[in-house]
Amino acid sequence: MRFRHLLASVAISFATLAASGAKAVEIEYWQYVFDTRVKAMNQLIAKFQEANPDIKVKQTTFPYADYQTKVAAAILAGQGPDVVQLFYGWTDNFIAGKMIRPLRAEAFPAADIERDFFPIVSAMKRGNDYYGLPTAVRSLALFYNKKAFKDAGLDPNNPPKTLDELVAAAEKTTKRDGSGNIVSAGITLDMAGQDHHWWREVLVRQFDGAPYTNDDTKVAYNDEAGLKALTFYTDLQKKHKVGQVGFMDEGQAAFRAGLAAMTIDGTFRLGSFNTIKGFEWGVTELPANAEGVRSNYASYFANAITTKAEGEKLAAAEKFLAYVSSPEAMKIWLEVVGELPARRTAALTPENIGHPVYGPFLKGLEYAHTTQFKDEAAQRQAAMDMVNRVLIQGEEPKASLAKAAEDEQAIIDRAKR
Amino acid sequence: MSVDAHREAASGGLWSRMSLGRKQVIWAWGFLAVPLLFYAVIRFWPTFQAFYLSATDWSLMRPAAFVGLENYKRLFADPLFWQVFRNTFMYLILGTPISLLISFVVAYYLDRVRFMHSFIRALYFLPFLTTAAAMAWVWRWFYQPVPIGVINDILSSFGIPQQPFLRSTSQALPAVLAPAVWAGLGFQIIIFLAGLRAIPVTYYEAARIDGLSEGAILRRITIPLLKPTLVFLVVFSSIGFLRIFDQVYNINTNDPGGPLNSTKPLVLMIYQTAFSSYEMGYAAAQTVVLFLILLVISLVQLRLMRDR
Repeated sequence: MRFRHLLASVAISFATLAASGAKAVEIEYWQYVFDTRVKAMNQLIAKFQEANPDIKVKQTTFPYADYQTKVAAAILAGQGPDVVQLFYGWTDNFIAGKMIRPLRAEAFPAADIERDFFPIVSAMKRGNDYYGLPTAVRSLALFYNKKAFKDAGLDPNNPPKTLDELVAAAEKTTKRDGSGNIVSAGITLDMAGQDHHWWREVLVRQFDGAPYTNDDTKVAYNDEAGLKALTFYTDLQKKHKVGQVGFMDEGQAAFRAGLAAMTIDGTFRLGSFNTIKGFEWGVTELPANAEGVRSNYASYFANAITTKAEGEKLAAAEKFLAYVSSPEAMKIWLEVVGELPARRTAALTPENIGHPVYGPFLKGLEYAHTTQFKDEAAQRQAAMDMVNRVLIQGEEPKASLAKAAEDEQAIIDRAKR
Repeated sequence: MSVDAHREAASGGLWSRMSLGRKQVIWAWGFLAVPLLFYAVIRFWPTFQAFYLSATDWSLMRPAAFVGLENYKRLFADPLFWQVFRNTFMYLILGTPISLLISFVVAYYLDRVRFMHSFIRALYFLPFLTTAAAMAWVWRWFYQPVPIGVINDILSSFGIPQQPFLRSTSQALPAVLAPAVWAGLGFQIIIFLAGLRAIPVTYYEAARIDGLSEGAILRRITIPLLKPTLVFLVVFSSIGFLRIFDQVYNINTNDPGGPLNSTKPLVLMIYQTAFSSYEMGYAAAQTVVLFLILLVISLVQLRLMRDR
């Protein structure tokens, strides 16, 4: 499969080389290896080169595990890409390392960006400058197993709309053996997966709090709201016993295997869940609280122009970036990768909103938040440890919450230096 | 052209005037130069550079600034470091004696087995050939709660309550250690077997003629004569347990070293500091500490186990 991609891309580059002749400007584009993303980008490059015969784009990919290290090492050595894909949470690091440059306001006016894109794109803004633009964005939603709902006597076309309904549905769908061990969970509890985002940006807000203040540099969840949010989460295992951290190893594995009735996950999981054969599943918006307040967490990979691009390469890189953030590119990306368009007009078409799968994710984008992570892995670890202290060591949620807030503040402060 | 020919003759003359011994030395150094150069450039130079890096705040993205002993101060004040330090020594203190004891007992009895000896030996050696990552994943599933965890399925079929294993701060470290011990057994058994075979049979014959019991033969002859083998294995397996990484990382990839850092060894902390938080200077300081620990432990063991 991968070999065929390779062949295809080689063929494409030869074809364009022949067509464009020796005069073409060549720019390099880097992203990490993910089958459908590489395929989508190959299509975009082919279309872009057709429209711009004097520019040639070379795509290079790396495994995700060493992607960031390799990009940093290459750019600092004066090599590497002209246009680079980066997770929005790496932006501070990339700017500090002088690896990416601000987008020129003449080519990418801030007012246009703010009018056309979803507000979460502001995570790429520092001062008055934007440092990159996404093609696609991801948000969270509640996946549910329609078969499990039917078996438990619930309406498979009426998934939970509020947190109370969520707990009730989870209680009905949980199956236990004679000794009370869960053999099929009502809802997956997986802080290492997407639950830490659910807790941080959704639950804390739904209990009238805010996870952070001051542009996400001050931890603010160590209060009554944070405590309620943490207690709600840990009670799913401790009090309601409808899920268990570590059940089936990972939440998504439990859901895939049909051993969990509900799971919270992102658009990026669609590819994997689409191959489920054993049962039918549905997607719905993340449940609201009793007052109807909803929230969501959105994230994205953006494309940015590196400091390496100068002169005619810079001009070519700007053209390429403009193309990969165009409505046309977003449409292709949605079809090939399954990720949601980052522009409102491209995303909020009647067809997309009515779509049974994309619809709930798109609705989530309207009220989604993005966390400005300083060190995502470490901050996720702080949230995981917070839950583990309560569930494994039996610590009081209040004490565990305070410790998590302190740990995470230290991580943020250290990264700011 | 004539100049070239002249020079060749001269160098040939120099070579032919050398003594055989000197020629051998030159050849030897010629061959030795390749691995020496390799070691100097690939191993020793980066090692020394790590000492320098440990005194900077290099973070991959930002240029390095000299900070003196700041990284070490932060390290020794970090409660995580002390927990990781304890974990690392738990792996050593539990792992080395347990694995040596089991492998010695197996080797001691396997040495006497004639029936399918090579086959059984191969069976014991098999886990050593398996990739640590693959093995860790299999064990990770063994340890799962019901309905998919084999061990818990067996426990609950006997009415014993299921155990959290990897989801417990007290059981996780032994649970991670078990596959590591199991994987290393094959190698240690082979080395012990070779050591046992190297003991001259005449000693045993003499002892039996003198009427020594089997226990006395084991204590007075076998174990003392196995000492060189034992020293090698103790040092080798200690270093192995002190730098345990792949088993720990792969058995819990969602929360490496967890839960709550209860299984995190020093090497994993270094890896996360360097390649997840990109604090290269701080990671280098941790590496220097690990280097010193390994050095001290190896020296102490060699001293303790040296023949008196």
